Amino acid sequence: MSQSSSLWSDALRRLFKNKAAVAGAIVLLVLIVLAAFAPWIAPYPYAYQNLDLGASPPSSVHLLGTDVLGRDLLSRILYGARISLLVGFIATTVALIIGVSWGIVAGYAGGKIDSAMMRIVDILYGLPFIIFIILLMVIFGRNLWLLFLAIGAVEWLTMARIVRAQVLSLKNQEFVLAAQAMGVSNFAMFKRHLLPNILGPVAVYATLTIPQVMLLESFLSFLGLGIQPPMSSWGTLIKDGVESMEEYSWLLIYPGLTFTVTLFALNFFGDGLRDALDPKTSE
Amino acid sequence: MLGIFLRRILLAIPVLIAVASITFFLVRLAPGGPFDADKAVSEQVLKNLNEAYNLNAPLSEQYFDYMTGILVGDFGPSFRFPGRSVTELIMTGLPVTFELAIYSMLIALFIGILSGVTAALKRNTFLDYVPMSIAMIGICVPTFLLGPLLVLIFGINLELLPVSGWGQLPGDKILPSLTLGFAYAAYIARLSRGGMLEILNQDFIRTARAKGLSEKMVVIKHAMQGGLIPVVSFLGPAVAGLLAGSFVVETIFQIPGLGRFYVEAAFNRDYTMILGTTIFFSVMIVFFNLLSDIVALWLNPRSRDT
Repeated sequence: MSQSSSLWSDALRRLFKNKAAVAGAIVLLVLIVLAAFAPWIAPYPYAYQNLDLGASPPSSVHLLGTDVLGRDLLSRILYGARISLLVGFIATTVALIIGVSWGIVAGYAGGKIDSAMMRIVDILYGLPFIIFIILLMVIFGRNLWLLFLAIGAVEWLTMARIVRAQVLSLKNQEFVLAAQAMGVSNFAMFKRHLLPNILGPVAVYATLTIPQVMLLESFLSFLGLGIQPPMSSWGTLIKDGVESMEEYSWLLIYPGLTFTVTLFALNFFGDGLRDALDPKTSE
Repeated sequence: MLGIFLRRILLAIPVLIAVASITFFLVRLAPGGPFDADKAVSEQVLKNLNEAYNLNAPLSEQYFDYMTGILVGDFGPSFRFPGRSVTELIMTGLPVTFELAIYSMLIALFIGILSGVTAALKRNTFLDYVPMSIAMIGICVPTFLLGPLLVLIFGINLELLPVSGWGQLPGDKILPSLTLGFAYAAYIARLSRGGMLEILNQDFIRTARAKGLSEKMVVIKHAMQGGLIPVVSFLGPAVAGLLAGSFVVETIFQIPGLGRFYVEAAFNRDYTMILGTTIFFSVMIVFFNLLSDIVALWLNPRSRDT
């Protein structure tokens, strides 16, 4: 077992060599900054309407044009970035917390507890979760926080499997056995010995979960079951764009382009991170 | 191996019962009655409506009635389409969705396996990079964006293909099937490339080549059988994805299939329709997962003997 600092600095060096991953990281950083400062950067408030103007193509006043209600598309994309990225991060955090705790407990406890817990994961894997999320949204109304929770609660299964496999391989290593012999409590064992050692795969999978979660949110918003107006996510912008694409194609093209570029960036960064942390898989 | 099958099938039964029960009670938890959205109905009408839909009975009795109904394929009447049963509605939409799913899956399998296997055989050449880059696009461009873009290009600008409908105009099935199939073609290409690369390095492939078999025989008869196991395992879970995709594709192209019915039922709060289709979808997904597991097990010679 090498020093964890050298493992991470090695990984970082490999990551920086990967051009696609670096490009992905830069795109993401720019997006996060733009989204965070949207109220100061956006040229117009997101709900500001100019009904006299209506839908206008990209111009010097409205860089990406306006929608049917005369709302500035660039501003709406920037504000939409806040919702879309927020969904990505919060739902992934929910998935992370459930998945990591589930996986650590199952892997470390072993035996009957392990097989019961993993059997539950197997069963849940086979269920139509997208349909359940739709069901929840229909029954309890289209609440933003419920959406975050529901999506997060769906995406933790793979995380639990990955973490469990890692814990199983760590469990019989000397440093864990030594810590056990010294009478370290279960909680301290998780926090000090197991968690730092599974951080790599968890970080990789988390980065790859974010685009999936964002896809799921925009899928629901596209169907009209996710984010509700006047708030907008990229999913609702694409939905609005589709409705008027025959006359005003820019309303579909720019939000779609932003969304696709973001998904590309996240996937490239996640793949790069995986290759950097585990050089074996990149061969 | 028969034991594994039996265990899987037996496990599926309690899972389905649990799904049906949870869905039933979730729908009953929904605030407000199913007829709240209607214009002011008089007390008496509401009572009769509740009577007609068996909503006055105690919950346990309603639950029992519903569960026994499912066993014979009776999902009860639709709340929004009076006089039509949920089973009838499902049966109207199912053939359309089924046809759409079959076409998309055939497109996905053909393009996916062809480009994946080629990429693995011609590793690190032009024939590897180009299809794999396109596959990355297929994974990153969501169905609900790809569909409208295809409509915009082929339907509106080039006026080559109809923009909506199913089976009414010649060629109107092409765009929906392509839209739904593209993402799967991308996944299958990646999976078959990975699976083939792993198999091609193994000893039995070297043996087959040393025997003097033609490269075609080696690939088709020896490598593909094992190399495509990941693809087969993927097909089960893909059915769940196809269903979700059909919601989007059927909405975009206005196809009267099960997916569109489901989305409409969700909007109309047609609770019996939602309940029925959810259970129906669950049964299908559990069944196809089971099927793909069994086929994947059977294809793998190591697990065949046990």
